[in-house]
Amino acid sequence: MSGILVIAEQRGGELRPITLELVTAAQGVRRAADKVTVALIAATPDALIPAVSVAGVDEIVTLQVEARAFDPDVIEAAVRALIESRQPWLVLIPHSIDAFGYAAAVAAKGGHGFASDVFRIEYRGDELIATRGGYGQKVDIEVDFPGKPVVLLAVRGNVYKPPEAAASPLVSSLAAPAVKSRVRSVEFIEPPASDDVDMTAAEFILSIGRGIGEEANVQKFRELADKLGATLGCSRPIADAGWLPKSRQVGQSGKTASACKLYIAMGISGAIQHLAGMKHVSTVIAINSDAAASIFSIARYGVVADIFEMADALQEQS
Amino acid sequence: MKILVAVKQVAALDEDFEIRADGKDVEPEFLLRDLNEWDDFSLEEAVRIKEASAGTPVEVIVVSVAPEEADETLRKCLAKGADRAIRVWDDAIAGSDPIAIARVLAAVAQREAPQLLFAGAQSSDHAFAATGIATAALLDWPHAAVLTQLSFTPGASTARFRRELEGGLLHEMETDLPAVLTIQLGINTPRYASLRAIKQAAAKPIELLTLRDLSVPESAVGEAGSLSRVRRMYVPEKGRAQMIEGSVEEQAKRVIEIIRAAAGGAA
Repeated sequence: MSGILVIAEQRGGELRPITLELVTAAQGVRRAADKVTVALIAATPDALIPAVSVAGVDEIVTLQVEARAFDPDVIEAAVRALIESRQPWLVLIPHSIDAFGYAAAVAAKGGHGFASDVFRIEYRGDELIATRGGYGQKVDIEVDFPGKPVVLLAVRGNVYKPPEAAASPLVSSLAAPAVKSRVRSVEFIEPPASDDVDMTAAEFILSIGRGIGEEANVQKFRELADKLGATLGCSRPIADAGWLPKSRQVGQSGKTASACKLYIAMGISGAIQHLAGMKHVSTVIAINSDAAASIFSIARYGVVADIFEMADALQEQS
Repeated sequence: MKILVAVKQVAALDEDFEIRADGKDVEPEFLLRDLNEWDDFSLEEAVRIKEASAGTPVEVIVVSVAPEEADETLRKCLAKGADRAIRVWDDAIAGSDPIAIARVLAAVAQREAPQLLFAGAQSSDHAFAATGIATAALLDWPHAAVLTQLSFTPGASTARFRRELEGGLLHEMETDLPAVLTIQLGINTPRYASLRAIKQAAAKPIELLTLRDLSVPESAVGEAGSLSRVRRMYVPEKGRAQMIEGSVEEQAKRVIEIIRAAAGGAA
């Protein structure tokens, strides 16, 4: 067993940026003789070669498959064939929605060491240790993989910085195994633009979460956002309940607040999926009645207060 | 026709808590237990399919691999519309990771032979997002993760669904059956159990199975059957926001100052 295998993720023929973050993650644990190999599994994998020709990659291996869209059976078989052929000791997969659908299957079938949502990978002596969160990110958990010659880690996004320098890795190809697909792609559907707001362009967002309690309270925060000149956003439970349109949701499966400079989170405890959409914002003010809420660990300013009283006081003073 | 719904009694941390003496978990007395939120949605999805079924009778079975304390959660599921509840436990299962739990679930699925097996897309406590898909792999069943919509008519040989990707993009797919599907929050609106249903559920039996009943060897579960092992759990030193103290009026005044300063900087 030698070398580190990185499974690239693509959608619609475009490389997803987390792939390059995994290349950086690999550098931290590669040993002297280790090659870092990036696998491109796609209908037209050659088109993706330039995007992964970056510093830290020794080899690119392409697997041409028929499926143009994500197919759990196809990718699972391809990753298993790659492990068989390259015998890596470490396989890095993005902790993404696609990978939710196949990473654990590859690990369970192969009996490989496995952990998901990993945000730190290190060697202590001869032992590989992965760190992940537990109990709503309130604790960190170190796990190891005794007796496992191959370890598969699904790595959290936005943790490692992608390499910037270009390089010219060796390119090879591997025949993708023949697979009978049992799950077939029908179509991709863009989320409905039920609202004219563009959260990705908003510079100042006031977001509300479960703490607002009921739909009738949305109006109070809408008025506050208007008064402050902020765009009203929300966390997943508010959009799921239909209290605000999906287009206002900030987080992993909502919008990334990419242009945002000031973010006020009211009644949002800070699930990891929500933080994924806003933790890069330079000024985050978290207002929550629970002093132990996770959001206080990433916010610049924290206010422990009843959000309704705070909304009234802000309305009055602004 | 059966739908098997895998459920987990998750644990949340009390405001103050202590790590166990062996450093590998939290002392159990500081854990607040409840049905995993994702599983509430997958149970609701199964019950809705049952209620909407015109001709084919549908049986909804909940299963949990857990010690006795999970009976409370299974009764909650019975009150919300599950027909039957199974709990599998054996002391050898303690210390299992999600893949070892999946080995037990796969054995239950083989015994019950459902057309659909639902699991939550992840659990709120440890969020591996692995149990359902690992179960599918061990059964060699088709599988898909993070569903926000499902169309299935009992008796049909396929099911159509949408999974929700990053940024809200939806991917519509169709799967052969039997299949394992993992369910995302928001696929439906889970019901509350009525008082009457809660009372009735209290009297319903929970079928208890052991590893022997399922012909699962002890070596397939616990630490030996797991793909990872916990070395240490600890409270990380995290960044902490600069806290704004004082009365609500004083706090609001400071927040307004910060907003004005940031707006000035942004302009």
